[in-house]
Amino acid sequence: MSLARPSGFAADLFTVARRALRSLPREPEFLIPALSIPMFFYAVNIGALQDVVEGTNPGFDFKAFQLPVAIVFAVTGVSRANVIVTDIQSGYLDKMLVTPVKRAALLLGMMVADFVLVFSLSFFVMIVGLIVGVRFESGLFGMLAFLLISAAWGLAFTGFPYTIALRTGNPAAVNSAFLIFFPFVFLTSSFVPLEAMTGWLAAVAVWNPVTYLFGGLRSLIFDGWNGAELLKGIAAVAGVGALTFSAAFKALAHRVASG
Amino acid sequence: MDSSIAISASGLVRTFGGNRAVDGIDLSIARGEIYGFLGPNGAGKSTAVRMLCTLLGPTGGSASVAGFDVATQAAEVRLRIGVALQEASLDEKQTGREVLALQGRMYGMRGPVLAKRIDEVISFIDIGAAIDDFVGTYSGGMKRRVDLATALLHEPEVLFLDEPTTGLDPASRAKVWEEVGRLNRDLGITIFLTTQYLEEADVLAGRVGIISAGKIVAEGTPAELKKSVGADLVIVEVADVPEALPERIRSIGGVGEVAVRGNEITVSAVNGAALVNDLVVLLNSAGRPAQLLTLRTPTLDDVFLQVTGEHLEVSESQGEAA
Repeated sequence: MSLARPSGFAADLFTVARRALRSLPREPEFLIPALSIPMFFYAVNIGALQDVVEGTNPGFDFKAFQLPVAIVFAVTGVSRANVIVTDIQSGYLDKMLVTPVKRAALLLGMMVADFVLVFSLSFFVMIVGLIVGVRFESGLFGMLAFLLISAAWGLAFTGFPYTIALRTGNPAAVNSAFLIFFPFVFLTSSFVPLEAMTGWLAAVAVWNPVTYLFGGLRSLIFDGWNGAELLKGIAAVAGVGALTFSAAFKALAHRVASG
Repeated sequence: MDSSIAISASGLVRTFGGNRAVDGIDLSIARGEIYGFLGPNGAGKSTAVRMLCTLLGPTGGSASVAGFDVATQAAEVRLRIGVALQEASLDEKQTGREVLALQGRMYGMRGPVLAKRIDEVISFIDIGAAIDDFVGTYSGGMKRRVDLATALLHEPEVLFLDEPTTGLDPASRAKVWEEVGRLNRDLGITIFLTTQYLEEADVLAGRVGIISAGKIVAEGTPAELKKSVGADLVIVEVADVPEALPERIRSIGGVGEVAVRGNEITVSAVNGAALVNDLVVLLNSAGRPAQLLTLRTPTLDDVFLQVTGEHLEVSESQGEAA
């Protein structure tokens, strides 16, 4: 008599997420760049532009303006997609696929781990921001909202590398997903507010969801609770998430199809 | 559906583009049986296993495992099978114990039941304290043993072992054979074993199916298959084989089949020992004295040679590379 029993979706999700979370601290080569790169850019951007910007705009807090940029740098493109590629190449994915585990849990479990990771990264960057003097008009709950929206963006973006990982099973292709990061975080209001932008960059930035993400995050720092800005930011994240998640789950269905 | 049948297949086909990797195989494997699926690399063994364990959908025909259709009731099949695929694939960032725990949870095992079962499988794979080391530090043999343990953890009704001993040293191979035999004997687990090692099929399998180019070309117990070749084989090497020589050998009383490969003549006979003298005299008279003469009982390789025209014997190094 077999000891196997059907387990529910939540149990499968927890099982897969636990595996992904457990391996995180065992991969310092993954965590160190994820923490150090945003800190580097935060320091460089402030060092290079703070005096210029604040000199021409008295009273403007450039460190606070740049904090969402540092956070988006920290959380965009961070995922466990490389683990899925390794699983495909080693045959471990097949080993999991011959078990009764729910197929969607194999991807969602990884995403749960991603959310924990990007939330932690956001928290770390926010603490650095607080240390250098950034203050939130929206208070403690605003800081929590700031972290949740940032982490949700990081999670939404994971759909890109997961789609590539599941479609190709190729680590080089997954690494190239990082290229998608550049237009998202540079063709937007990273350095100046949207209202101050002109020309083609302004035209592109209007269509870039990260512009509205920055708008929502900055509103929590500068304005307090600005419903319109927050809504636009959340909608931008949800829109990107809907697009990338549907692509990723379609890629998963294609990968696990036995046809 | 006959409940005494663990695995059945009817006209099972799998094509990849224009290539028919599995070309209409029929199987009927009883519960509690060890079935050896014997064939060289590329014969279609692994493709057949991947269909039976729901990783690949059949292009044609049908198959059922533990009473459930592999194409339409895959979830039911997965609950009842254990699988050790050809490559021992494990997560190298986890310890052996963590890998086993993860596997158990995927089969719905929890708490003390899971912990007890993990201890049981650890004891049989004989890996010692290394079970708490990262899999990435394991040798190939250790990975294979842990992989086998994951396949057995939930005590499946049907166990698929795809070349389970390829790459193992002789001692580890013997240990796996012993365990496979014990699982079948003590727990009644049906075992579908693919192998390219003749000895493995001979030692373990109650019945053997020989697969070549996607088709089952012979099937039976090892004894039946060997008997089909003849009771004894006399293999003789000569300088060269004139065209008329095989026919002259066939004229000797008691000779069954005569096969020629290069300068080697294989003669099957009910009583090989009685034939040797006449054969040596005939070869001398034909001006082709025997350079080397061997008298032995048939092996599964002889069966394979008879049905496919090729030898199956795989060297250890080839097996490890496969």
